Amino acid sequence: MALRDDVKGTGTYSLIAIPIMIWTIIPLLWTLALSLKSTDALASADANILGNFWPRQVSWENYQLIFTGGASELFLPALRNSIVVCLSATVISVVLATFCAYAIARLQFPGKRMILTTALGVSFFPVIAMVTPLFDVWRNIGLFDTIPGLIIPYLSLTLPLSIWILAAFFQQIPWEMEQAAQVDGATTWQAFRKVIVPLAAPGVFTTGIITFFTAWNDFVFAISLTSDRARTVPAALAFFTGASQFEQPTGGIMAAAVVVTIPVVILVLIFQRRIVAGLTSGAVKG
Amino acid sequence: MSATPVDTDPSAHSAMEPHRPRGSHLSDRSRAERNLGWRLAMPAFVIMVAVTGYPILQAIWNSFFAYRLTDPENRHFTFLNNYAVALSDPIFWQATGVTALITVITVVVEFVLGMIIAMVMHKIVIPRRTLRTLVLIPYAIITVVSAFSWFFAFRTDTGYINHWFAWLPGIDAGTDWFGGFWGSIFVICLSEIWKTTPFMSLLLLAGLAQIDTSMEEAAEVDGATYWQRLTRVILPNMKAAIMVALLFRTLDAFRIFDNIFIMTGGANGTSSLSVLTYNQTIDRVEIGMGSALAVLLFLFVLLIAWLFVRVFKVDLAGGRS
Repeated sequence: MALRDDVKGTGTYSLIAIPIMIWTIIPLLWTLALSLKSTDALASADANILGNFWPRQVSWENYQLIFTGGASELFLPALRNSIVVCLSATVISVVLATFCAYAIARLQFPGKRMILTTALGVSFFPVIAMVTPLFDVWRNIGLFDTIPGLIIPYLSLTLPLSIWILAAFFQQIPWEMEQAAQVDGATTWQAFRKVIVPLAAPGVFTTGIITFFTAWNDFVFAISLTSDRARTVPAALAFFTGASQFEQPTGGIMAAAVVVTIPVVILVLIFQRRIVAGLTSGAVKG
Repeated sequence: MSATPVDTDPSAHSAMEPHRPRGSHLSDRSRAERNLGWRLAMPAFVIMVAVTGYPILQAIWNSFFAYRLTDPENRHFTFLNNYAVALSDPIFWQATGVTALITVITVVVEFVLGMIIAMVMHKIVIPRRTLRTLVLIPYAIITVVSAFSWFFAFRTDTGYINHWFAWLPGIDAGTDWFGGFWGSIFVICLSEIWKTTPFMSLLLLAGLAQIDTSMEEAAEVDGATYWQRLTRVILPNMKAAIMVALLFRTLDAFRIFDNIFIMTGGANGTSSLSVLTYNQTIDRVEIGMGSALAVLLFLFVLLIAWLFVRVFKVDLAGGRS
């Protein structure tokens, strides 16, 4: 009886899962479809199938446009800037947060609750409220439209997130092993380096991925604090132009969108479990 | 250090810690631990506070001045004038209303959708892993990419929505979604919901996973309907997770910028507070007024956080340290 109920229930859930999966995947397929449409297919519904969704003839002209054509001068530097800025902000944040979170999870010192609360408060900060003063100051001290001029404000997005998630990860680590090492004569520092670092590496890595996603997603800082040389991909997308002034840049935008989406989708496919653990352990008591 | 004999934060002692004697002097061991703790935590903390604290202080300072970037000679102190101008301007209240409207729509829809998705993810057997992976993907997609995808989907020239849903009354090939306020708000909210529901559903899933299944089973044995089990057993038992998820998403939604900027640029009265602040600062280079708007937005966010923490008693740091 109970078994039959269970099986029946499972079938219902599988059925509800179908619309959920369709709802998730259609905008992704749509982005891909647009990037594969020629200029003609973008302009006329007759060149497409499935109700103007998928092109009858797949065209690579949009990818040529962004990699070798007219838009490459805008897209390729932006792609490089995005990678440099996001990786730098991620590495700096995760390294600093690793030490901080270790101290919070492991050591007794006054003020650690204050650090966590501050991290949380900072992550709720409206980004645009930081842009106004930075826009003014960065212009005066020459950081406007530079890579460091983006990395510094990105830390305000990535640092609190890293601290919060890592502190949660570190609180789940079996600390007895460190104590065992200390009983065997290791100092606090040695115990940290030899025992905790290998235990903590997965959490640090996952935090890095989530932090990178956050930096990769930024748009407000990127359009406000750059004009040309340090522009990242999300900002560049907003200022794309077509092959000519009168041509819609739709295809080029979507091809670029696909290029910057592929790496994050691959990361999600490989590290799904860990990302979920990282996102939820930081937010819910556990 | 030795002047403070008693640990100022008693909650910092976790149960698994050996209880330390609280004499008039800290032992060398615990003093060393304290110093190491501060040394390890300080760089991250100081940088985090500097990169956010400095700009907001500078914004508060700038907000007291009439200051236009193109006209620095005329920069002068006006005290609260920028605030008076903003608060008496209908454009500000329109933007506040739009921001609140989008926040309420997206958070409510995401809560219902997120709850359904979380329940399916919690109970499903096949295809469990595929579903969990797929659901997570929008979380990792750049908001601007999501905005463009939905924007082009709804446009009359490139879109498929009008073709697919032409059978619905009021929709035909020529329906212009971005011609008016409600159409624009609908698509903006849709993109926001698509992108951020995964985060909501994951937080809710974590809450669901913590419910003791025996309670639900007991209710079922006692003859409770599904609805009764949901409202009397499941939801009350995951209240903490729900409140945290709602707080996170409300504060996030209140900052909405990317979707509006890409789809309408604030046309048809769809400017949010963030878009309004951006336009004042970057387009009109009114640093003084832009700063005042930034500070007001910051105060709104503080107010929302305060409401959640005080009124709804959300314990964010609960169970930590």
